[in-house]
Amino acid sequence: MELTGADIVVRCLQEEGVEHIFGYPGGAVLYVYDAIFNQEKIRHVLVRHEQAAAHAADAYARSTGKVGVFLVTSGPGVTNAVTGLATAYTDSIPMVAITGQVPTHAIGEDAFQEADTVGITRPCVKHNFLVKDVRDLASTMRKAFHIARTGRPGPVLVDIPKDITVARCRFEYPETVHMRSYNPVTRGHQGQIKKALGLILTAERPMIYAGGGVILGEAAEELNRFAELLGFPVTTTLMGLGGFRSSDRKWLGMPGMHGTYEANMAMQHSDVLIGIGVRFDDRVIGNPKHFAQTAHKIIHLDIDPSSISKRVRVDVPIVGDVRETLRSMIALLEQTLAAGQKTNETAVADWWKQIGKWRERKCLNYRDSEEVIKPQRVVQKLWEITGGDAFVTSDVGQHQMWVAQYYPFDKPRRWINSGGLGTMGVGLPFAMGVLLANPDAQVACVTGEGSIQMNIQELSTCQQYRLPVKIVNLNNGYLGMVRQWQQIEYGSRYSQSYVDALPDFVKLAEAYGHVGIRIEKPSDIEPALRDAFGKYKDRLVFMDFITDKTENVWPMVQGGKGLTEMLLGSEDL
Amino acid sequence: MRHIISVLMENEPGALSRVVGLFSARGYNIETLTVAPTEDHSLSRMTIVTSGSEDVLEQITKQLNRLVDVVKVVDLVENAHIERELMLIKVRATGKEREELKRLSDIFRGRIIDVTDRTYTVELTGDAQKLDAFIDALDRASILETVRTGISGIARGERVLKI
Repeated sequence: MELTGADIVVRCLQEEGVEHIFGYPGGAVLYVYDAIFNQEKIRHVLVRHEQAAAHAADAYARSTGKVGVFLVTSGPGVTNAVTGLATAYTDSIPMVAITGQVPTHAIGEDAFQEADTVGITRPCVKHNFLVKDVRDLASTMRKAFHIARTGRPGPVLVDIPKDITVARCRFEYPETVHMRSYNPVTRGHQGQIKKALGLILTAERPMIYAGGGVILGEAAEELNRFAELLGFPVTTTLMGLGGFRSSDRKWLGMPGMHGTYEANMAMQHSDVLIGIGVRFDDRVIGNPKHFAQTAHKIIHLDIDPSSISKRVRVDVPIVGDVRETLRSMIALLEQTLAAGQKTNETAVADWWKQIGKWRERKCLNYRDSEEVIKPQRVVQKLWEITGGDAFVTSDVGQHQMWVAQYYPFDKPRRWINSGGLGTMGVGLPFAMGVLLANPDAQVACVTGEGSIQMNIQELSTCQQYRLPVKIVNLNNGYLGMVRQWQQIEYGSRYSQSYVDALPDFVKLAEAYGHVGIRIEKPSDIEPALRDAFGKYKDRLVFMDFITDKTENVWPMVQGGKGLTEMLLGSEDL
Repeated sequence: MRHIISVLMENEPGALSRVVGLFSARGYNIETLTVAPTEDHSLSRMTIVTSGSEDVLEQITKQLNRLVDVVKVVDLVENAHIERELMLIKVRATGKEREELKRLSDIFRGRIIDVTDRTYTVELTGDAQKLDAFIDALDRASILETVRTGISGIARGERVLKI
């Protein structure tokens, strides 16, 4: 039987096991929306702005490992979603974007709602397609999902002109994909693995530095086992939080610009650094020249060859799937240890003593107060009340760093944030995606009064789909991270970082049909959180915490500085 | 250092812009670029001349390989290779200059492929230096127009870039 292109799109999604898609209708995708109307397997979630559709699909993927899907119309539908694509691309999130396009005969004629989607999105997707023949539609969709989820994952966009969605052909979903130009490496090179183990066994000051690749590659269990076998210290990056159990003593916290003193010192002073699913990002290792001042032997395990030796020269690269490769390493390590060979135990014990001294700096201590709400305390209370087991989404800025520092995660895929692109406004749509994928979970969106207003319209979507997000708004009346940089690097000239004329967030939440609570005293933090997760369990609760206006995130490595050139508090200014 | 990168890629619409976009987005330079389908029309072969340190070249190669449409990438400079460029050059040719230009073109093994009573159009093939040398040998004022294809390259001997 012949199907229309629109039906084929829906059938392809069903074949891929897609349960939810996020989107917003418009002229070019109306046949597809018609096909969605006529079926029940896929649930469509109507957002209030296309950017939110992309972010929600992204978080759906981040929290489950499945491919997130969104659907928007041509022209402004796509351009609104570009930030969402770029956000997912930078963090390597598997996603498929289906976008409407003007009919093929109108392409290039500056038609109504026409934009060069493939051109505009090219630099911020893993790959994109323009479907010009309905007979290519099913195979293109199959390829899109395949490319999105394999290798280093990423968003893939399929642009479908309107006439293709109404044209008909026989539907057949290909079972396999063969692409001669796309064959990601999965198994790490055995010789390189052996070489790496040689270095690992002789290391005196080893350090495991794990990142988002561990989470994307479902390798958390293997990472924990690997570190357990070796007894080596572990640091996990912003994107890797939860990839290693934070309750384990071997965990030194997060490294980088706002990393812990001990993690940064140990990164810098290690003699063998084992990078797993990381990319030696500027926010993590600071100035690469400074980083190279200490002699390191670096082992780097990653699925993407282009991540290797990009910013920092690596001694033993291992290209492969993180989980597969870690498994091979663990197997070989177990054999070696069983045969009586050991790690350099004496040296490593001394190394741990040194790390213990760094830890004594207690770099995350802050001066608490009973008069004014300290944002760190709100995050710590959130951790207590949710048993450290909530899904936490964040926006971008100080509050994001405070969650990373004060809400330690034990499980992967619990911490959902825009690490690479640093997109303000992701928090609320992220929380929507997480809740749709995990309907019974506790989901908190930690945000600030700056970020939340970038996608505040999604409070309406949350009402329509009854999504009980707990919004923790750390409201200091400033674009806090901007203010902090201006204080430290721009002579306290607070140019445009004070946010005047804020709305009454309680009334705003109520206007959307939600619960709003304003919290102004430290003693009210806990009761508010308890109500949010207890009494108002099934409601969206907007908690507007009026916090210390000028609290800063410490420690801090200023841009361009070396990893160990840390400011530990305002006394270092 | 100068590199000649040969890329074998799917002959798909937009494939060229993916490569060019990659170079501009990551700040790599392109000195010349040529592209055309191969004997197998499903594939295109591209030759890019670029310059950069070994580290930059390593990244260029890796980033090119990361493009979904790219099948194979090789730097021809690593091994013995042949490079050729085609130039068409239109020059003012009147009076005694006509004989002189004909002779010069013969020396460079060029061919005069179009003639008017006031102009010659010369076709010349060779590596970039040879084409430059021909231009230098001419009186600049006599050059009316030049068009060059950019370098195409191939490895010497048994080495081939094929699927």
